[in-house]
Amino acid sequence: MRYEAPGSLEGAVALLAGAAGDARVLAGGTDLLVQMRADVVDPELIVDIKKIPETRAVTEEKGGWRIGAAVTGAELKEHARLKKAWPGVVEAANLIGSTQVQGRATLGGNLCNGSPAADSVPALIAAGAVATLAGPQGTRDLPVEDVMLGPRKLALRKGEFVVSFLLPPRLKGSSDAYLRFIPRTEMDIAVVGAGVSLTVDGAGTITAARVGLGAVAARVLLVAEAAQAIIGSRLDEAAQERLSAAARAACRPIDDKRGTTEFRIDVAGVLTRRAALIALDRARTS
Amino acid sequence: MAETMTNGNSQTYVGTRTIRPDGADKVTGRARFGADFNLPGQLIGRVLRSPHPHARIVSIDTSKAEALPGVKAVITRADFADQSSEFIPAGEMMMNYKDVVRNVMAREKALYEGHAVAAVAATSVAIARRALKLIEVKYEVLPHVIDVVEAMQPGAPLLHDDLFTVGVEPKPEKPSNIAKRVEIKQGDVEAGFKKADLVIEREFKTAPVHQGYIEPHAALASVSEDGSTELWCTTQGHFIVRAHCARLLGLDIGKVRVTASEIGGGFGGKTVVYLEPLAIALSKKAKRPVKMVMSREEVFKASGPTSGATVRVKLGVTKDGKFVAAFAELKYQAGAFQGSPVQPGVMCAFAPYDIEHVHVIGYDVVSNRPKVAAYRAPGAPISEYAVESVVDEIAKKLDIDPIDLRMQNAAREGTKAAYGPKFGPVGLEETLNAIKKTEHWNAPLRKWQGRGVASGFWFNIGGETCASLTVNEDGTISLMAGTPDIGGLRASLAAVAADELGVPYDKVRPIIGDTGSVGFNFLTGGSRSAFSGSMAIVEAAKQIKAELCARACKLWEATPDQVEFSGGSVKPLGTLAEKVKPMSVADFAKVAGKTGGPIGGVGRINAQGAGPSFGTHLVDLEVDPETGRVTVLRYTVAQDAGRALHPAYVEGQFQGGAVQGIGWALNEEYIYGDDGKLQNAGFLDYRMPVASDVPMIDAILVEVANPKHPYGVRGVGETPIVPPLGAIANAMEGATGIRFTELPMSPPKVLKALKEKGLSRA
Amino acid sequence: MAKHHIEATVNGDAVEFLCETEETLLDVLRDTLHLTGSKEGCASGDCGACSVMLNERLVCSCLVLGCEVGGQKIETIEGMATGETLHPLQQQFLKSAALQCGICTPGFLVASKALLERMPNPTETEVRYWLAGNLCRCTGYDKIVSAVMDTAATMRKG
Repeated sequence: MRYEAPGSLEGAVALLAGAAGDARVLAGGTDLLVQMRADVVDPELIVDIKKIPETRAVTEEKGGWRIGAAVTGAELKEHARLKKAWPGVVEAANLIGSTQVQGRATLGGNLCNGSPAADSVPALIAAGAVATLAGPQGTRDLPVEDVMLGPRKLALRKGEFVVSFLLPPRLKGSSDAYLRFIPRTEMDIAVVGAGVSLTVDGAGTITAARVGLGAVAARVLLVAEAAQAIIGSRLDEAAQERLSAAARAACRPIDDKRGTTEFRIDVAGVLTRRAALIALDRARTS
Repeated sequence: MAETMTNGNSQTYVGTRTIRPDGADKVTGRARFGADFNLPGQLIGRVLRSPHPHARIVSIDTSKAEALPGVKAVITRADFADQSSEFIPAGEMMMNYKDVVRNVMAREKALYEGHAVAAVAATSVAIARRALKLIEVKYEVLPHVIDVVEAMQPGAPLLHDDLFTVGVEPKPEKPSNIAKRVEIKQGDVEAGFKKADLVIEREFKTAPVHQGYIEPHAALASVSEDGSTELWCTTQGHFIVRAHCARLLGLDIGKVRVTASEIGGGFGGKTVVYLEPLAIALSKKAKRPVKMVMSREEVFKASGPTSGATVRVKLGVTKDGKFVAAFAELKYQAGAFQGSPVQPGVMCAFAPYDIEHVHVIGYDVVSNRPKVAAYRAPGAPISEYAVESVVDEIAKKLDIDPIDLRMQNAAREGTKAAYGPKFGPVGLEETLNAIKKTEHWNAPLRKWQGRGVASGFWFNIGGETCASLTVNEDGTISLMAGTPDIGGLRASLAAVAADELGVPYDKVRPIIGDTGSVGFNFLTGGSRSAFSGSMAIVEAAKQIKAELCARACKLWEATPDQVEFSGGSVKPLGTLAEKVKPMSVADFAKVAGKTGGPIGGVGRINAQGAGPSFGTHLVDLEVDPETGRVTVLRYTVAQDAGRALHPAYVEGQFQGGAVQGIGWALNEEYIYGDDGKLQNAGFLDYRMPVASDVPMIDAILVEVANPKHPYGVRGVGETPIVPPLGAIANAMEGATGIRFTELPMSPPKVLKALKEKGLSRA
Repeated sequence: MAKHHIEATVNGDAVEFLCETEETLLDVLRDTLHLTGSKEGCASGDCGACSVMLNERLVCSCLVLGCEVGGQKIETIEGMATGETLHPLQQQFLKSAALQCGICTPGFLVASKALLERMPNPTETEVRYWLAGNLCRCTGYDKIVSAVMDTAATMRKG
């Protein structure tokens, strides 16, 4: 098993593209190392991307924020301005694992692990985040909701990897929130995750919204119907009901050790409503 | 209690919160646990485990693995002689070497996913892993059965074709998965139920749960060419490990020396052998030391959880609240081999109450899951959970305060327990009173919050114990015990020794001796180690004190009535006091060589009179009606410790047991797929409580002295896990109005129940 | 392929070691550097018994590859006491009986130290959530949480 830690995008792409066998990108390693230990993966090459400056920076760009794919949850938490602009994204990233895991886990890894239950992904999708990929043909951008195709299946081509995420500029009256359900208070994989990002006008009416749902289908969902259910409303009881119903309708979950189909659908409706209420509250005071 | 103690020593340290003698090592990373031992030239051992829950092992071909460079030994069933069927007591449970040899290494069949099939020793982890992949096992896959009730059905897949139910008449002609039927009877329950104004009958189900110790099993063995065997391992009883290994490998017990490492939690799960005989067999073959450590997945799949069970309880009561008749039927999973804790489950079920007519039946049932091992008060939490749930329902129906109802029926001194004995002084009423007096009991609750109370009982045991005290040349004391210290034992024993001999606590250095250094000890289990160990220390100290008095008589040319040992010195009495000065233990140490040689004492006892310990728990919780999530808000434990040798470590037992019980009640369970494979063999999905899941656990020490112990001690370790299951279920009823009868009360189950009652808007 | 040759700092000491790609930092600490105070309870980041500081961040050493730590600074339980003086957390854990079996203790101490360096005055809830990645099966967490809160109070007084 080879280990390489290139210092540039080109170096990483060359290694990944040139690998004869299974090549894995290492960011925080909090999923990859577990899978290696469990014999789920046995890569020929590990490419550590943490030495590439572009993966490690949080910068303002075109009024929005660019977050390196290998920035850790702990680092995001300490970034006061990012947290103010995108509290939902940061809180979602901070829900990945323990304090120890936060010291390593990254947005890039959370997305590219390819789990429908990834905590940060519904929040990134709700935020309208775009992933920037580097590959043999140069870089390209892909909306986060299009990166993951199914469990452990990504839209990345051979030699490609996620370098960073771009969060769009934040309008006044905008905010976001992420909630997940787990049986314990910490340390579990999301049974349901709900991210909501919205914008309100001066009268308190929602003018724009995006809703991401995790762990309720083979991939994390962007639920346009749920967003439509509250745009134009002030999230009154009726709008909340419509939102829950739309979220529930989008779910196509499985029964497994973490929850039943019925439970996941029920809780998706509840959490989407609760997340929207938090996002609305934040937006009004933003 | 001071006046009942030996020879008037004062209690300077007993009952105080001393710093544990092994403390500095434990907070600096210096303490050596099971996996922390290494020997020069050691090999790494790994186990090949069955991927099938039930399969006949047609053949095992190890030739390719043996040919791999770096592989030094491979063992299979062929390396272990078969054992005849013979039951021997193993703590509160029974075991049979015929089963033990099959559990450590599958013979005719693999009986659960994770069952050991072969093992290798190699020069590196990587080579050992590769070698496992080269072992070719031909399986004939058989139908499997996981659930206890299904396993009892006629026509269920049969695990053992020679297993005929014991305890039924006439003797069955056909084998089944029901290993035995046990029962206890007192009075005439049919007549009793006729006297009842209210009879409640309910059925409950609990899931198998794992002890969840953080330290995986580990063993390091080194066997010489002459058969001398050294073994370092993490265990609750190194003498028991020695006995099992000697038996399974045909070794003389005297040739096997076992050293218990520091132990990273056991809770009953480290009372049996898994890796130890394999490591010895591999070392014997390879002629090199072999180290084996289980992965967490192996711990879950191949070491003992406790039983899942189905329990039916029927309790009859008069309208003014007197329990008149009780019946229960318990079906406990044993795992792949017989030996569930159904017997103690049967005995404990109604033990907290004084009931004239009692009948309890239990079934020990095998199925295709790992063989259960003891888990803290084995069997009792399951049966008492069911009973405490029914007691709570009766209190509601009769509109009697649940503490008053328990008080009215409480077992007390003189009560004849349905399982046999008449109780001596016991503290159930005191714990109920203590709980009732808390501010917690009367604190206000909001909507969706509930409060539950439940009591619990555990017997406790004594047993064979040996401990020694040696007076060193400078007057310091070496204390050697032989029961692994799992939670502060050395602090308790050192305090007793210091008080007995009147020396400063920090002049006593306690260690846990290996099997060659101290006489036989039964294991740390049954809440016995502080109880019996302190009795042995008192005996050892008594010998030292007698010896010092005898030496004083010689030195002073006095008669025995002219000297006494008190306050750490031999004191001259009467007129002698004018002639000579008292001599301390240290003074005698200085002149030991001139006065008769080394000074020491050895307590070799079979400790009797372990007093049972009762406890009562009180819990507040809140239910999220939209998600079914339960938050434990507040928790109080009151338990009878007899006498707390070290109050902080006694409280720690109460608190730790309560939180294990919270896990059992709310989220912990073994989850199997239809394929009979365990789906949550890791800490990620086997959901033990984390720090943010629980509140502070208030601990109230109740001390009703045990008259059979020189300090009044009762075992305290196990009772704390008995009441939480019922207390939480009762609080759930308080919060929701729903009586949950299945554990764990995990969110999907809770939400489903709320929806069925129209209580959730989810 | 040849082993990686790594130079790093452990508890202030320069160390060098050889490791295979798949060996974790925990494997290296325990098996190569013989620092067995960090424990393996799960090897999957779920128990926290292997907690160490890596460049002043709390991490599970079972989730870091040995070959990743070249040039980096690692602190383990073995480096927590200063000379003969135990760290205030180590002292308080002993005073409060905040350990029973002690297998999780090194991880809890390393994690708690990281907490108090960032948050000198944590609430009980903050302590509990910070330590949620450290499993203890013996104590029910009560005395651990108290010990951390009490140490924080002592250290604030200086």
